[in-house]
Amino acid sequence: MQPTPLVAIRDVSLTYGHGEDGVLAVQNLTLDIAKGDFVAVVGPSGCGKSSLMKLVTGLVPPTTGEIRVAGEKVTRPIRGVGMAFQNSTLMPWRTTLDNIMLPFEIVEPHKRRLRAEKAKYVAQAEQLLATVGLSNFGKKFPWELSGGMQQRANLCRALVHQPELLMLDEPFGALDAFTREELWAVMQNLWLQKHFTAVLVTHDLREAVYLSDTVYVISHRPGRVIYKAKVDLPRPRTLETTFDAKFIDIVHRLRARISHELNT
Amino acid sequence: MTNTRRLQLVTPWAVALGLFVIWETSCRLFNVAPYVLPRPTLIFKTMYQFHGQILDHSLHTLFTTFIGFVLAVIGGLLIGLAVGASRFVYIGLYPVMIGFNSIPKVALVPVIVIWFGIGTVPAIITACSIAFFPIAVNIATGLATIEPEMRDVLRSLGATRWEILTKVGIPRSMPYLFASLKIAITLSFIGSVISETIASNKGIGYLMLSASSRFDVPLVFAGLVVVGAMGIAMYAICVVVEQRMTRWAFRSQELVG
Repeated sequence: MQPTPLVAIRDVSLTYGHGEDGVLAVQNLTLDIAKGDFVAVVGPSGCGKSSLMKLVTGLVPPTTGEIRVAGEKVTRPIRGVGMAFQNSTLMPWRTTLDNIMLPFEIVEPHKRRLRAEKAKYVAQAEQLLATVGLSNFGKKFPWELSGGMQQRANLCRALVHQPELLMLDEPFGALDAFTREELWAVMQNLWLQKHFTAVLVTHDLREAVYLSDTVYVISHRPGRVIYKAKVDLPRPRTLETTFDAKFIDIVHRLRARISHELNT
Repeated sequence: MTNTRRLQLVTPWAVALGLFVIWETSCRLFNVAPYVLPRPTLIFKTMYQFHGQILDHSLHTLFTTFIGFVLAVIGGLLIGLAVGASRFVYIGLYPVMIGFNSIPKVALVPVIVIWFGIGTVPAIITACSIAFFPIAVNIATGLATIEPEMRDVLRSLGATRWEILTKVGIPRSMPYLFASLKIAITLSFIGSVISETIASNKGIGYLMLSASSRFDVPLVFAGLVVVGAMGIAMYAICVVVEQRMTRWAFRSQELVG
């Protein structure tokens, strides 16, 4: 355990709405995410997983408790986080490359330098596109790409400005099984290369175990951490790994915990 | 493919021609007097006969329509952005806008005449006041329907409200703007013609009014046909501009077609 984790969530509760109508989405959540870790958060639907994303990034302030990122208390949207959602949210009026350049236009210090060092930044974006296998697609518009390609581009956009923290909200949820498994490998490669800290919210247990170092199970609403599983399988993991007895064992234990949660 | 395309080009002309043929034959068959309903051939003859005047007055109407339209685009854009970007402006301004839009602009013209005298200015103001509303509403709709996730992506990058507006809001509402321009240009044209009919000494509306007071019904109809033709032309220009400017919004049609 490192002394100061990158993300420290301390006894956080979140209520949507006010008074009688308020819905308690998250309750007394305490969670540490160490720098460079890949953490997955799983749970039944409606357990406040997405609320967790918004809390950590500061998009929603917690009702009680506190969240610290890199030692600083989160009170408003923190700068320079990478985010990717299930829906790729690429802008249809921009080419894929221009979409990926977006963070450079907003995040400092890139924003200041973009005009002067455009070529450097374009090269950086194109190189990232190449890593996810989209070398010749920069000029295409997102709607000319397949769902899997869009999601690759989406990951590129989330990572291009090299954020310390990457938040993934079911990024592969809308894809077919084959494409999804392909993108797990893409995601893992990116993580192994760039060493960012990642938080993956998903309801796919195999995905969670394949990608992460630690899997947290969140209870039914209001969300609390009810189980924590360490995944100490060697990297890089492959599809073969998913048939490994140890892998299956972890998935089973998670599955059992969630079933138990659903039945109580 | 090419055959359907050709058919698509020909059909509207054929329909218009067909209508004129039915009109012409009915007039001849039932012996309708030209001061009640003139035959199309007579209308076109009158059009040719007075083409100098008609052209002169039409150009003037086009001019007031265009100026009114440009002002409406500027005004509608600003109001739409304000209403779409800020909830307070929306709550405060929207009811007033709807109220203003409900006022028949014909009723407004006499007031404008009292303020500015007859002629070009009331036509421009009427055109503008009638055309800004759909533009403002469409822009506001475009801004209001930004996907929350798109907004979250930008906010988590640390984007300011202004950056969210310029990077997402405005491009996102462009298809809505261009769609509204088609409606706005025809409304602006209607505004111009109305105002000219009531209080002007120039423009196609004035031409028709003065012709009807002389019972020169064929000339009135010549004016109406010209008005219709100009309306179609301006609409068509807006469609072309729309498809040029927001190609991405028409992607589904492109893929199919």
